[in-house]
Amino acid sequence: MIRFAWLQFRMQAAVAAGALAIVAVVLALTGPDLVHLYDSTIASCAAHHDCSAATTGFTRTDGPLQVFLDFLVLAVPLVIGMFWGAPLISREFEAGTFRLAWTQGVTRTRWLAVKLGLGAVASAVIAGLLSLMVSWWSSQLDQVNADPFDSLRFGVRDIVPIGYAAFAFALGLAAGLIFRRMLPAMLTALVGFVAAREAVTAWVRPYLFAPLHQSLRITTATPVSIDQTSPGIIKAFESTRGISNPDAWVYSVQIVDQAGHTPTTSFLSRACPLGNYGPLNPRDCTARLAVTFHQLVTYQPGSRYWPMQWYELAIFLSLSIVLGGFCFWWIRRPVI
Amino acid sequence: MTAVIETNGLGKQYGRQWALRDCTLRVPEGKVVGLVGPNGAGKTTLLNLTAGLLAPTCGSITVLAGHPGDGPAQLEKVGFVAQDTPAYAGLSVAKHLLMGSYLNANWNQELARDRIDQLGLDPRQKAGSLSGGQRAQLALTMAIAKQPALLLLDEPVASLDPLARREFLQGLMEIVAKHEVSVVLSSHLIADLERVCDYLVLLVASHVQLAGEVTELLATHQRLSGARRDPRSLPSSHEVIEESHTDKQSTFLVRTDQPILDPAWTVKPVTLDELVLAYMGQARNPSPGRRPGLGVVS
Repeated sequence: MIRFAWLQFRMQAAVAAGALAIVAVVLALTGPDLVHLYDSTIASCAAHHDCSAATTGFTRTDGPLQVFLDFLVLAVPLVIGMFWGAPLISREFEAGTFRLAWTQGVTRTRWLAVKLGLGAVASAVIAGLLSLMVSWWSSQLDQVNADPFDSLRFGVRDIVPIGYAAFAFALGLAAGLIFRRMLPAMLTALVGFVAAREAVTAWVRPYLFAPLHQSLRITTATPVSIDQTSPGIIKAFESTRGISNPDAWVYSVQIVDQAGHTPTTSFLSRACPLGNYGPLNPRDCTARLAVTFHQLVTYQPGSRYWPMQWYELAIFLSLSIVLGGFCFWWIRRPVI
Repeated sequence: MTAVIETNGLGKQYGRQWALRDCTLRVPEGKVVGLVGPNGAGKTTLLNLTAGLLAPTCGSITVLAGHPGDGPAQLEKVGFVAQDTPAYAGLSVAKHLLMGSYLNANWNQELARDRIDQLGLDPRQKAGSLSGGQRAQLALTMAIAKQPALLLLDEPVASLDPLARREFLQGLMEIVAKHEVSVVLSSHLIADLERVCDYLVLLVASHVQLAGEVTELLATHQRLSGARRDPRSLPSSHEVIEESHTDKQSTFLVRTDQPILDPAWTVKPVTLDELVLAYMGQARNPSPGRRPGLGVVS
């Protein structure tokens, strides 16, 4: 059965391998230049006291390619789900060939096991290799940009794309099995995958680990801005300066007193009377705030980047396994 | 006589619609069985149940003493040429044979290749570009090369032109002559079956309206015509299947084991076509007081 599955799959596998090879060549050609540029500008900028210009210049290098690569890693699982997963069974139904395939000397459970296994592994390998290459190519850029928890970047680096690809494939396959038609299956893969990604990014990833808290003193050196539209909320202190790890994912920065209360509107209007452009006297405002209030930073430290990558990979692989199990249960039901 | 297919009260329901209902039949071993019936009689459903592609809603079905679709051994015993003879459009003829050899333990590659050669098919040609007749031949080749004990064909010639149809049936007859295989062939065209089948099962609205050896069926049915008379005046050994009357004349299609001795009748043999049509008509308007299942022999 494996040989037969390969017979049918090898064209797609060849296309994917070819595309991957092209990307590899592009990255191999441009990657060393990037490393060289990093070494010649960023690494030595501290000596010239000119780091912000060097940083800006460096992060803009190969801009379109950066965007394209991120987009590629973002889109590949979706493409796999729509063009590998969804048609796998639905096309057998549309062409009637399931009647040929499932009346050979191999049970349909075995047929599914091999098709699903081969497809899922291939999807994971393709997405994994691509992500690995892009992560390598972008490593210096990422280092300069910091913020590894950026909601887009987290999903297009390292190991999570493997889970996305396996999940998208299994989702497309399951949809094809239920609908028995390719187009609805592809649409389901598209909508379902995007929804699952968004949901995990918004509602699961921030809660995987309980965030840490850190209190920072308010000093007169801390710039203050007060939200003009709702003056009760002090919007943005320069937040992460005091946190030792620059790669932290900061959830929130609040101004609170010992009891954890935010300043009242009446206190603010007394302490920081507003002019047309923020507080009339920012230094006084800060000094008055500093008497009873401090900054409370809620964040994930950078050291949790890899644990979070592994967790999210595990979540999507588990979802893939659940979908695969569903397919086995479904395919045993009466057909046609 | 052992049965290759035996069903009891078999039914298959889709939603609220019954595709096959309360079907009880027995297909003997070593025959070429023609499964005929009007469209919607449940022929395709019955064959898909036999091949194990479908699971019954109710009743039981036994195929070659096993449960259809139950494990690789059972699947290998049954060769299936599905309706419209599906094939993978993107795979060549040779790749289809390769597929068969990968998926079937008893696959006879020599037999398959010889048959493809004999048919003059180009092994490198993609199945998608084959004509309907060629594709049907490929499907038949695949079904026979797995060396099944039972070969099922679901309307294999329905969409073929007369020449391709004749070639296909010829190929089937050669296979039957060479291999020890029981065959069930469904069709709504009796003319196709007449040449290849030695056993007939007529399925009307899920029910077996008629079943038996073709020679025996032809020998026991006669068309009688003579002066107009009431069917009730016929001897009790004559079962009237069909009757038609003009002012002066009556014509009956009767089933009887006895020779027709009454000189008042003109006796003519019936063709299989007439026989099947008569039984289909009988199923549609069963005469009062006559049990519809009376024609069943098994």
